[in-house]
Amino acid sequence: MDTLDRTLAPPFGKIGRVDFIKHQEYKLDNGIPVYLINAGTEELSRVEFMFDGGDWYANKPLIANMTNAMLNEGTKHRSGTELSEKIDYFGAFLETEAQQDFSFISLYSLNKHLENVMPYFREAVVDSVFPEKEFNILIENKKQKWFVSNEKVGDVCRKHFNRFLFGDHHPYSLIAVEGDFDNLKREDLIRFYTNQYKSNRCQIIVAGKVDESVVSLLNKQFGGNDWSGIGITNPNQQNPSAYTINPLEEKKNFIAKEGAVQNAIRIGKRMFNKTHEDYLPMTILNTVLGGYFGSRLMTNIREDKGYTYGIGSGMASLLHDGMFYIGTEVGADVCSSALEEIYKEINILRTDLIPDEELDLVKNYLMGSYLKSLDGPFALADKYMGIKVYGLDYSFYDKYLATLKDVSSKQLLELAKQYLDPDSMHELVVGKKD
Amino acid sequence: MLFLRPHSREWLYLFTMINFDKFTLENGLKVIVHRDTSTQLVSINILYNVGARVEDPDKTGFAHLFEHLMFGGSINIPSYDEPLQRAGGDNNAFTSNDVTDYYLTLPANNLETGFWLESDRMLNLTFSPKSLDVQRSVVIEEFKQRYLNQPFGDVWLLLRPLAYKVHPYSWSTIGKEVAHIEDATLEDVKAFFKQYYCPDNAILVVAGNVTTDEVKQLCAKWFAPIPKGNTIHKILPQEPVQEEARTLEVTRKVPCDAIYKAYHCCARMDKEFYATELITDVLSRGQSSRLYTALVKDQKLFSSIACYITGDIDKGLIVVDGKINKDITMEAAEAGINGVLNDFMTNGISDDELTKVKNKLESTLRFGEMNIADRALNLAYWELLDGAENINHEIEYYFAVTKDEIIAEAKNVFKPTNCSTLYYKKDRVGEK
Repeated sequence: MDTLDRTLAPPFGKIGRVDFIKHQEYKLDNGIPVYLINAGTEELSRVEFMFDGGDWYANKPLIANMTNAMLNEGTKHRSGTELSEKIDYFGAFLETEAQQDFSFISLYSLNKHLENVMPYFREAVVDSVFPEKEFNILIENKKQKWFVSNEKVGDVCRKHFNRFLFGDHHPYSLIAVEGDFDNLKREDLIRFYTNQYKSNRCQIIVAGKVDESVVSLLNKQFGGNDWSGIGITNPNQQNPSAYTINPLEEKKNFIAKEGAVQNAIRIGKRMFNKTHEDYLPMTILNTVLGGYFGSRLMTNIREDKGYTYGIGSGMASLLHDGMFYIGTEVGADVCSSALEEIYKEINILRTDLIPDEELDLVKNYLMGSYLKSLDGPFALADKYMGIKVYGLDYSFYDKYLATLKDVSSKQLLELAKQYLDPDSMHELVVGKKD
Repeated sequence: MLFLRPHSREWLYLFTMINFDKFTLENGLKVIVHRDTSTQLVSINILYNVGARVEDPDKTGFAHLFEHLMFGGSINIPSYDEPLQRAGGDNNAFTSNDVTDYYLTLPANNLETGFWLESDRMLNLTFSPKSLDVQRSVVIEEFKQRYLNQPFGDVWLLLRPLAYKVHPYSWSTIGKEVAHIEDATLEDVKAFFKQYYCPDNAILVVAGNVTTDEVKQLCAKWFAPIPKGNTIHKILPQEPVQEEARTLEVTRKVPCDAIYKAYHCCARMDKEFYATELITDVLSRGQSSRLYTALVKDQKLFSSIACYITGDIDKGLIVVDGKINKDITMEAAEAGINGVLNDFMTNGISDDELTKVKNKLESTLRFGEMNIADRALNLAYWELLDGAENINHEIEYYFAVTKDEIIAEAKNVFKPTNCSTLYYKKDRVGEK
């Protein structure tokens, strides 16, 4: 063994062909599409309902989120506590989430309990009644969480940054103020629920070790014509130009937070979403800058300077828009140095070619991440829905692999020049002036 | 409907075995291989039997700082992350009071890259002064971000020393104070490595699309030449039974009052552990749990409330932790918690309630074993605790617990004298 030269890396292979399990598509009797991913090794599954129930459709703070959060707080047939009792009894979990575009209610269950728990899941989805008492409790609890969140520099920075990009009154930048909690009425939620949580504004994604027999189970509970909305033919295509975007004119902004020992920083701009031809190469450029542990921002600002516990950049794809952003929390005393270094890294991307060795590493790394993003039934389901909602198909991922293989440093330099001009970006710092 | 099993009041659980092979190298490294051909990936998990509990009381936070330094270059390889990323892998690590764990995931065909990297940093580090300097700063920023610059961020920095007077669980993995991290020297780092980072103090798990033969060959090549260490595990002072209620009141700039009640309970491997964990499930798992329905829904004393067990290797804590509603006094909130606990101990639980928490636990275990990285960590941890074989008996241990055992254990734990209470008050100066 003394001949072993540990300084030499063992040979490693590139990843060749990637095969993965694709969805099968079904329809319930009332037309709800069901996308089924039959994969995994454990006898369990996730049944996810996706509605046109995000901020985009509410366009007022709290409504999308509160409606979604209250789905399991009481139904025509039983109280929220009784409903939870039933779902808990079968060891199942309900999860609710409202995002900018869509809202979700998901059931996680062992397969052996799925048939028994499904009727209670139906109640939460179809028969919610938003009881007054639960509404009052929940709104107070949300308000208290809101107060706590306002004490966190990172949270404050994230929320206000979106407002600077999209302007006030845009559904992608809704920020609740204290008065919103007091003004919100139970009727607002009922109205939103009645309009949005309907069979024709719904898609179902099932992932797990389940075959198509789950479709008839779903059909029994959700396939009827008793919960369709009226007058909506093509609900996904609400006109984006209905909302005007008014970015804040002042590009550099500061929000003071007394006693902060770290400042939150966010720098970025509006950017295209997955449907744009430059989206894929931009995700590679983003990875170089701040998209993985070995990124330029991490290497410089954490691993060389020690200014932060973490820094990263990202591309957020929304249904009707998108964002590019850099985010971090840094010591309040080193905030201006950190800002200087961030801009330095952006500018280097705009002037210098990425060395081949670095680009090669990033491509290999992304290939590995791609494999990971296909691992397991839930990941596969997310992978499909991540394109489906944009009207894209699996060829998007073929294109991604081709881009990973072919994109050159020269192309990325051009993209950086075109899209990453610091003058086009907003900057927000929340914390203490240093 | 083939995939469905009829529901029954018997606990019909599917017994999905985690299969594995296990062997030990001559230098003492324990190796476990779990094969799963449904994935194109492989996970490597290395667990070192060292955590914050071995630290000197005046040099705390060190095990965690050391974890950061494990990425600062090893004796033959200047950068850990770079070659891993080049092979399509990524990695992370965590430090607890008991253990330090390193894990990475790679495309299965690049497994050897992981062996090369992990064996070299088990062999020796470069101990670069620059890496120490930078990681000290990074960890101090982590301290600020997670413990100082967050509302309620310092709760565990306060609660631990209140509950533990003797045992080193009295400090958090991040350390007691920033100064301890600032004071760490390269000599400390070297001594720590020598004592704890050796093959006989580690467990290696490889999970995914691999065979045991492959792993054996790679182990022989990369890990077998590493000399055996000589880890001497400290005898840790065990916490004496608490005989008097303890309280601490602090005032902070937070938007609401909060209360934390910490009760000493059993250790992870004590036979009472399974009953004790089910206590916390009855009290606080899901929206039909007792604390939530009574105190959030019915009495409206709290905006959120949770009860959980730390599950530490030495004797741990059960903590009840709640954010108190506006206009509710600390006294009323605490009386509310005590009311729920007393009712639970006096009136017991029903059969349905017991079934419910057991079913919930089974789901939690199953959903927690969905990917190879989770399974690799679980196998490593079980090997440390009790032998990896017993991972497949865990569910049986829970299902064997009776109602009487739960109540008996609750009575044992929820004694006022066994409790340390932190009253975390909102600073009301300047309020109208």
